[in-house]
Order: sequence, then structure tokens, then C-alpha cells
Amino acid sequence: MIEMTTAEIRPDELRQQLFDPAAGAYCGFEGWIRNHNEGHDVLRLEYEAYEPLAITEGEKILAEARECYPHLKAHCVHRTGMLEIGDCAVWVGVSSPHRDEAFQACRYIIDQLKVRLPIWKKEHYADGHSGWVNCERCAKSA
Amino acid sequence: MKTITVRYFAMFREHAGIGEETLSVDADTAVDVFHATQHRHRSTEPSGHCKVAINDVMADWDSPVSDGDTVLLFPPVAGG
Repeated sequence: MIEMTTAEIRPDELRQQLFDPAAGAYCGFEGWIRNHNEGHDVLRLEYEAYEPLAITEGEKILAEARECYPHLKAHCVHRTGMLEIGDCAVWVGVSSPHRDEAFQACRYIIDQLKVRLPIWKKEHYADGHSGWVNCERCAKSA
Repeated sequence: MKTITVRYFAMFREHAGIGEETLSVDADTAVDVFHATQHRHRSTEPSGHCKVAINDVMADWDSPVSDGDTVLLFPPVAGG
């Protein structure tokens, strides 16, 4: 299951949904807002998503992970809106019988989410400027 | 000519100054629509970095478009 939310992500509450008597491993990933990127001092980040397709594509990614690791339970939550330094922007949690597939599945899910979901982030810098992550760089390479 | 509704997101929306518009375009595929919008809004973003959806389904740049379709233009994504 994948959710988009404007509310604070609370990993400790979310991980409880993954408890499973057959699971011997839990792996979680939290993406946090950091205060710097590519030489810029970052004050906050603004996330925009096209939710209908973010959900559809996110569910596909989770289904792909479950296909690779049949006993996997997986859940993801992604924030939208304005986030401050230290906020949790994305959480991925998985549980599985053994740790190896938990690590691998968690890594697969976050890596795919980052490149496939229609989500964008705009950095707001200490110098008053702002910029869309990935967009400015690729506009320059055109 | 086909009537296509185009939706812009993030950087594309800011560059175009609008979130959505309906265009009359001579387009066979999604990339034709993309190029028409680039010409219209003087944008140079290469399509290879971007994604496209047609009627809320992820598509390829060479996917055909039909009269009345809604084409969603996604600039490079950056989730997480």
C-alpha cells in the first residue's frame, strides 16, 4: 500500500502495520529533509505530486517487490506540501521472513519510487532563490 | 488537427504560466504534442529526461494520441 499525505509521517506507528508472525525481519527507510544540496544552503523543500498516477505507479512498484519476494509485506508513505529541515519526506517499510530480502526489497522500492513516481521537489535556499531538483540541471544539459 | 488538453506540472507549469490548456495541434504521438508545447512556450527541455501520460495512464513518447485526449507532461521527477 502506498499513501500520499500532507500530514507528518510517523514511522513508529506505520511499522506496526507490518508485524507478521511469519516475519523475522523488518527494514525501514526514512528520507529526511537536509539543509544542503549541491553547494546550496537549503531552508525548506516543497513537494508536488500528481497523486492519481503516483498511487498507481507506486502500487506497481510494491507489486513488483512482492513478486520478487513472495512473503513480503510492504508499505510506503510520501509527503507533499512544504517540509522543513529534518522532516520525514518518505517512509518505506517492509517485513519478510529473513533479513536479506527485507534489505533488498526496501532498497528496490525506494530506488524505484525516486525515479518513477510523478513527484517533484522545489528547494528554497537561504539566499532567497529556489529551484526544482533535477529540472534545472537537465535544462542546462539540453 | 486534433484537440488535445495538455496538463503541465511543477517546472513546466511555472514556465508555461498555466496548469492546463486545450490546443489544436497536428500531432500523431505524445512527443508531437510535447514539441508543440515547447514551441508555444519557448521551452528547450529534452523529452528524454521527462515522462508523459495520456488520459491518466503512463505512456511512451511515441504513443499515439487521439482527438480529445488529455496529455500530461511531467518534468524530471524527484521523489524521496
